[in-house]
This record gives sequence, structure tokens and C-alpha cells, in this order.
Amino acid sequence: MAGVAGGGGGGGGNDFQWCFSQVKGAIDEDVAEADIISTVEFNYSGDLLATGDKGGRVVIFQREQENKSRPHSRGEYNVYSTFQSHEPEFDYLKSLEIEEKINKIRWLPQQNAAHFLLSTNDKTIKLWKISERDKRAEGYNLKDEDGRLRDPFRITSLRVPILKPMDLMVEASPRRIFANAHTYHINSISVNSDHETYLSADDLRINLWHLEITDRSFNIVDIKPANMEELTEVITAAEFHPHHCNVFVYSSSKGTIRLCDMRSSALCDRHSKFFEEPEDPSSRSFFSEIISSISDVKFSHSGRYMMTRDYLSVKVWDLNMENRPVETYQVHEYLRSKLCSLYENDCIFDKFECCWNGSDR
Amino acid sequence: MGEEEGLHQTQLLDTMFVRGLKRKCFDGEEDIEGTLAGFKAIPSYNLQRQSLLDMSLVKLQLCHMLVEPNLCRSVLIANTVRQIQEEMTQDGTWQMINTQSAGQTSLDRLVSTDILCRSSKEQAEGKLVPVYSTFTKDCEGTQSQDNSEIMSTVTSPQVPKNLQSNLWEMENPQENRGNFQKSLDQIFETLENKSPNTVEDLFSEVDNSYYDLDTVLTGMMSNTKMGHCDLETFPSQTSTNSNSNCKSDLNELDHIVEILVES
Repeated sequence: MAGVAGGGGGGGGNDFQWCFSQVKGAIDEDVAEADIISTVEFNYSGDLLATGDKGGRVVIFQREQENKSRPHSRGEYNVYSTFQSHEPEFDYLKSLEIEEKINKIRWLPQQNAAHFLLSTNDKTIKLWKISERDKRAEGYNLKDEDGRLRDPFRITSLRVPILKPMDLMVEASPRRIFANAHTYHINSISVNSDHETYLSADDLRINLWHLEITDRSFNIVDIKPANMEELTEVITAAEFHPHHCNVFVYSSSKGTIRLCDMRSSALCDRHSKFFEEPEDPSSRSFFSEIISSISDVKFSHSGRYMMTRDYLSVKVWDLNMENRPVETYQVHEYLRSKLCSLYENDCIFDKFECCWNGSDR
Repeated sequence: MGEEEGLHQTQLLDTMFVRGLKRKCFDGEEDIEGTLAGFKAIPSYNLQRQSLLDMSLVKLQLCHMLVEPNLCRSVLIANTVRQIQEEMTQDGTWQMINTQSAGQTSLDRLVSTDILCRSSKEQAEGKLVPVYSTFTKDCEGTQSQDNSEIMSTVTSPQVPKNLQSNLWEMENPQENRGNFQKSLDQIFETLENKSPNTVEDLFSEVDNSYYDLDTVLTGMMSNTKMGHCDLETFPSQTSTNSNSNCKSDLNELDHIVEILVES
């Protein structure tokens, strides 16, 4: 899908009505492969929306400023910045190409005028700084207006450069490149509440990074079996707790979520909590495991609940109750009768994301 | 025509699967009288399970051919195959293997890879599904016979080791066999033993090119255990034209392994 849409809440009454607020991108049938959007993420305030595509580009949209005379119920977003985050690489050792497709983008909490985000492809995570420039210095002593160096002998007087306003320019610059820590494909990144560390997860391992240190990371979870033939479960998503900087969760392809506490040991292979809903024996089929595979896990803003997405449903879990979710929502139950066809055409392996709204409703 | 049938079959399978899989051993049998007319009815549980198994094996095979398979997908498909295999073991479906003599091994091996080869070749041509329908049609004639044999024999999940090791040694001198590989062997043998009456029919269609493809395919299967990185030592297996090249590469690899083992 090469478009992006914002949702809008409906009018009165208890039911929400969902509709597209805005559609960005090409609507016609033939879309270039590189334009296909692979990840979407709002920043903390909701003013910025970042999208990553298969061509390794990041496009950031900014919400239009509200003015007092015309408050709007839905924000309108316009392009703010576009930059090439990742390029295709070639791994010479394994003789394979590393895709430039952006798998995940995560914003850092804003601490000054600039915005920071982490973007990752299958192997490399990059920290980008997005800053605005709306002033330009004029009246340099050593340079002409067009940038040519002046002959020092010609300079007869000194002047102080003046800052003049210019058209707004948004610049993106790579600040850190964190590479070579993952054997398998990175599927998640999550910034910690301490604003200093973050985790990255691939199919079998989770690594902990410090934002300032690019050449080292700590391995905190490793589920790779000694014998790869015994592999029956992979990591599908991971996230830090929004308030407790020592707690994180990771979900698996078997429909389980493990909560780990980094204070208990350096390698968090043993979980503190284990969340799994017992299987309903009446609906068991050969596809039960595949559709139970969790594709995304997100903590609520309060930190008390977490939401998981599997193939057909969304579940809300209370962190204090491990044996079943508190709420379950069937998203497309009508697909349950078509699982065999979906298995055949591989659509059963599609991954979906989920997300809380600002007030955890 | 074939595609239509195949699509119809998948839709029927969907209807079957929506009920979950509480095994109803022989309930589908009454529905199937004859071949084409019976085929329009809901296929028996064993048939649709077999079909799912075939589909999964082909997917796995294609996975192995990629240089960098999607690990999550491969694991999920492998788990599905394992699950079917376990159920078939409990079923007593594995009994067919016990009744076959070791002498038929070479014939059976060719038959199994013929089916796999045909499947993968037609997958490339986009005609995967008709293969299932032809295969299951063959099975139908022997369905009642199989069922009665299941009833009378004692369940034993172990594949007789001599048969398995004969099969394995002929094709592959390398020692790295895993549990999963053994399971795959069992599955291959189930495929060939399901239709003992049609073995001659299938065999007659096999020509010499399949022999080479067979050794390379099994070589590919065993090599995935050495890790994903080793896949690039094999040429990509898309056409059967390069059979002789593949065979010589495989021989070269064997030679290298022998040298390593000796040192």
C-alpha cells in the first residue's frame, strides 16, 4: 500500500466511525515496488508522522499548525522532510544482498528543538537528527555572498554577520550508525524510558544498545538452540516498558509473551512473567499455531496493559494476569473459514501492527 | 480444467478445516464412491491432511532453495509438518512402511522424488494445485484398503531403522542427520507408500533426468543443516538442464567432505 491514511473519530454516540482523514501517495494501480510503505510511526506529540518504505526512504509529515480562528477536529498533515535512510548493501561473507527496506521507525522523546528518530532495515540501525533551519547568516568577512573566498588583502573593514530569515529548510543528518550486531533480520526496535538505551530484536536474539555507543551492544535474550533443527519458536516483536526501564517484553511465533526484568540477570533467557492464553480445543486446527503467532506487541501509555496482535485478533492483557487476556477483539473473523487458501497463497504469514490511541482507549 | 479442480479442492479443504480437526477416522469414506463423482464431495480427512502435508513440504523445499529464507515462516511451516506427522504416527498411518520390504526401497525413493519434482516444477509454472488432485485421485482407489490395514495393525511410531538407513546411505554419505531430517524421511516414505498399486504407473513416467535431480535435492536438504550460509555453495536449482553440472558439484562436495573427514 503506497498510501498513508489518518483516522478520524466519529460524531455523537458510543460507536466510533472510522474514515480516512487523508490519503497520501499514489492511488492508481501500478505503484513502484520501492514506494511501498513498510512502516509508520507517530512521534510522542502526534505532530510528526514518519513513514519508511521499501526503497529505504523516510518521509516525515507534519501536522498543520492550528490557528485560533480555525481549530480543526482532524489534523492535516503535509510533507515535512524526505531523506534516504538506508541503501542496499551486499554482505560479501554470505554472498547475499541486504535489503534497504525500512522495517521499523521509532522516535526518541524530544529534548530540544531537533527531532531524533531511529530507523532500521534488516541489519543496521541508524539514529537520524531532523532539524530546522530558518535563518541564514549574511555578511561574512572572509567569504563573498556566493561563497568564494575573499582575498585577505582586499578586506579593509570588519563587519558583524547578520542573521536573516530564510525559507524553512528541514535537514536530516545521520548521527549514529549501529551495525553488525544481528545475524538474523531485525524485526523490532524500542527506545527505553531512560532515554539512553534502546533494544533491537531479530528472530532469535535481543540486543541492548546505548545511544552513544555504536560499536558494541549487549545481548540480553538468546533463544537460539544449540542445534538449529530443534528450533520451533522465534521472536516476533519486543518492547520496553514505558515507565520501568528495566522491564521489557517479547512475543513469539507460538503466541506467547514473555516479560523480562533486566535486574535479575545479565542474560534474560528466563522470563519473569509468561503470558499465554490456553488453546480452545474446539477450534484447534493445523493452522492454530500459525494464526496464534503474535505479530506486534505494544504497552499502553499507562504501562498497566499491553496489546498483542495475532492473525485474526487483537488481545489486551493485564500485566498482572498471565493466564488469559482481559479483552479479545476479532478483527477479521470471516477469514477463519479460508485459512487453507490463505496458507496456500502465503497470506497467512502476513504481519499486522497494532497501536493504542493517546488516551489508551 | 485442472486448475479449476484444484481451486475447488482448496475451497473444500477450507470447509473441512473450519471445523477444526477432531479426527473422524472414516467418515469421509462413505462420500467417496468412484473417482470423479466422489471427488466433488468433501474429501476424507486423511486426504485433505495429506494434501496439506504435500503443500507444506513443497513450501519448505522452496524455502530451502532461497539463499535467505524467512526464518519465522520456515519455522511455522516446519511445525505444521511436524504436527501432521505426529498425528499420522498416532493414527497408525505409518504402518504402511512396516509392510514394505527393503528391496522396494530404490523404486519407492524414485516415486517419492518424482512427486516432489513434479510438484516443484509445476509450482514454477504456476500449476501447483493440479498435482494434488492427480495424486489424491490415485489414492482414492486404495483408500478402503488402507483403512482396513490401519485397523488391524498395532501402532508403532518408529520407522524401522534399517529401511531408513538404507535409504539414507544410498543417497548421502554425510553423517549429519537430525531428528527433523528423519521425520522428513518418514514423510517421504508415507508419500510413496500411500498408493502401492500405482507405483508402476508413476515409475513408468520417470526418466533419467529425475535420478540426477533426486541426488541434488536430497543433497540440498541435508546441506541446510550446515547452516544457511552454506547454501551458496550449491548452484540455484531452477532448471533441470544443468543436471550434470549439479551432479558434478555434488560429487566435488563429497570429495571435499571426505578429505576433511580423513584429516
